[in-house]
Amino acid sequence: MSADALVYLRRHAGFFVFAVLIMTIPAYLHDSYYLSILAFMGTRFMMALGVSLLLGLAGQISLGQAAFVGIGAYGAAILTTRLGFNPWLAMGLAALLSAVIAGLVGVPTLKLRGYYLAMATLGVNEIIYILLVQLKSLTNGTDGISGIPSLSIGSLDLGGPKAYHLIAWGVALLMAAIALNLSRSRVGRSLRALRSSEPAAESLGVDTSFRKVQVFMVAAAFASIAGSFDAYYVHYISPDGYTITFSIILVTGVIIGGLGTVWGAFWGTAAVVVLPEILKRVNGDITNLIFGILLIAIMVLWQGRTRSLGRLVRTFLVNRRGRQGTTDGAGEPEA
Amino acid sequence: MPLLDIANVSKSFGGLDALKDVNFAVHQGQIKALIGPNGAGKTTVFNLISGSYRPSAGRVVFGGVDLTRKAPHAICRLGVGRTFQHSLVFDGMTVLENVTVGRHCRSKAGVLSAALSLPLHRREEREAFKVAGESLRRVGLEGKADEFAGNLPMGERHLLEIARALATEPKMLLLDEPAAGLNEEETERLAETVRRIRSEGITVLLVEHHMGFVMEISDEVVVLDYGRKIAEGPPLMIMDNDEVVKAYLGEALE
Ligand SMILES: Nc1ncnc2c1ncn2[C@@H]1O[C@H](COP(=O)(O)OP(=O)(O)OP(=O)(O)O)[C@@H](O)[C@H]1O
Ligand SMILES: [Mg+2]
Repeated sequence: MSADALVYLRRHAGFFVFAVLIMTIPAYLHDSYYLSILAFMGTRFMMALGVSLLLGLAGQISLGQAAFVGIGAYGAAILTTRLGFNPWLAMGLAALLSAVIAGLVGVPTLKLRGYYLAMATLGVNEIIYILLVQLKSLTNGTDGISGIPSLSIGSLDLGGPKAYHLIAWGVALLMAAIALNLSRSRVGRSLRALRSSEPAAESLGVDTSFRKVQVFMVAAAFASIAGSFDAYYVHYISPDGYTITFSIILVTGVIIGGLGTVWGAFWGTAAVVVLPEILKRVNGDITNLIFGILLIAIMVLWQGRTRSLGRLVRTFLVNRRGRQGTTDGAGEPEA
Repeated sequence: MPLLDIANVSKSFGGLDALKDVNFAVHQGQIKALIGPNGAGKTTVFNLISGSYRPSAGRVVFGGVDLTRKAPHAICRLGVGRTFQHSLVFDGMTVLENVTVGRHCRSKAGVLSAALSLPLHRREEREAFKVAGESLRRVGLEGKADEFAGNLPMGERHLLEIARALATEPKMLLLDEPAAGLNEEETERLAETVRRIRSEGITVLLVEHHMGFVMEISDEVVVLDYGRKIAEGPPLMIMDNDEVVKAYLGEALE
């Protein structure tokens, strides 16, 4: 192997180990309940990656990512069930629409400094939710849309839990690779620069409004694709899944996971998906309440002590690795 | 034709005239100083040149191009680099990474190229880190390349901002109080650095309160007081100017 290839492998070792671990899970895990949870983790990871780029790199908060997830889901559902579109094409068109809407919202709000994006996206989320409920002829209102087809490649059906795991996580890993590449690139550095100081970034040639709109559009497209994947897996959607509450949980998860690196999105996803599942078993109805309180508690407790849950877990792993002398894939360098 | 021409420029904030009908020019290869008491309007001049503010009246012309309606990032591309009075280094990035941001205006790989790590992007990355390393060497910060910028002491922060601006390949550098917080030895080294930058063909306009420094390195000095130009000329002439002495009386007694 050439020296270049070795350097490349070493630089991306964390990512490759992570990818192999994830993609081999269906080989030994057969329980469809756990596979479903993992599938949801995959799509939430996609959403969280977008939030991580937007908030972690560029320092911009969107409280309306659920709207784009909804556009992805409903776009996929309507185009496939009503118009007979190919599911992949429907997913692409919905992602395009999400990106365009993000652009339309982003251009006026991201020119301004401050929390205008947060406010505007809250509004967009609410509007999209109301449209999903009210445009009954198109969305079927609160009854939702059922009979959404599975994804397939040629005659290969990807509706089963294992095949779905591979395709959903395959796409999620692709997005993670994109997010990692972006964060280490000229674009990522310009985003970190503008988060730190917009005047300084501009004086060095960064068109800050343009960059912020770009990353917002990428985040919207990621969320939209995740929404489409969910719809193709569950085959049924209704407006409930796309409320502001979900947007806020998503952002909270990423903050808990850690904003310093793209991997924070993964830990955040774990918190957002796994925690409620555990709580549901213990508690039933008051899950949401306890989940909310737990999220707040974690945010408060972690503030100032360590930058993230992920870092804590990593520190723990590294310390153990130090004692045992083994290597571990989660020890990804700073993104 | 001067490299930079400030022509009848005024700037008001609400009722306050921060600058009133200011005229001066900076010629290619000069080191020119802009001095004046606190609040005289010096930083405002920099913000007008670099595009952060728009003049209320008048024009700023650089290399024959009217900058008046241009955005800061476009002005950077035209060859104006600047530093800030109150340190604006990117805290969470390493010193070297800070300087690579200066390559932004000389590279063009977009989101797609960066996301897929295409050859154009990889080539630009190599070049960006190479130029950034050289820029750090030009200001003597190469030993700190891998430190976090947020951990640098004040004096080195300003050097970092200079390196960052140098990486943009400027024709002209605007330095806002580069000697603030430096001791005598560091100030002397800064003077050498600024002279070296000029000898590389970069024109320098600087704001500074440290009079020894100003008198030692500038070819010409412009004095502002309450937003008006009250004097312009070689350092020795400025020192003898009555109006300047009056404007500075408070500070001269310090
Ligand atoms: N964005 C702004 N909004 C309102 N007033 C401003 C703004 N920027 C500058 N000013 C005012 O314009 C005047 C000139 O300010 P400027 O910062 O240019 O002074 P300066 O000469 O750089 O002073 P110093 O030596 O203290 O840095 C001051 O009265 C200041 O308060
Ligand atoms: Mg000033």
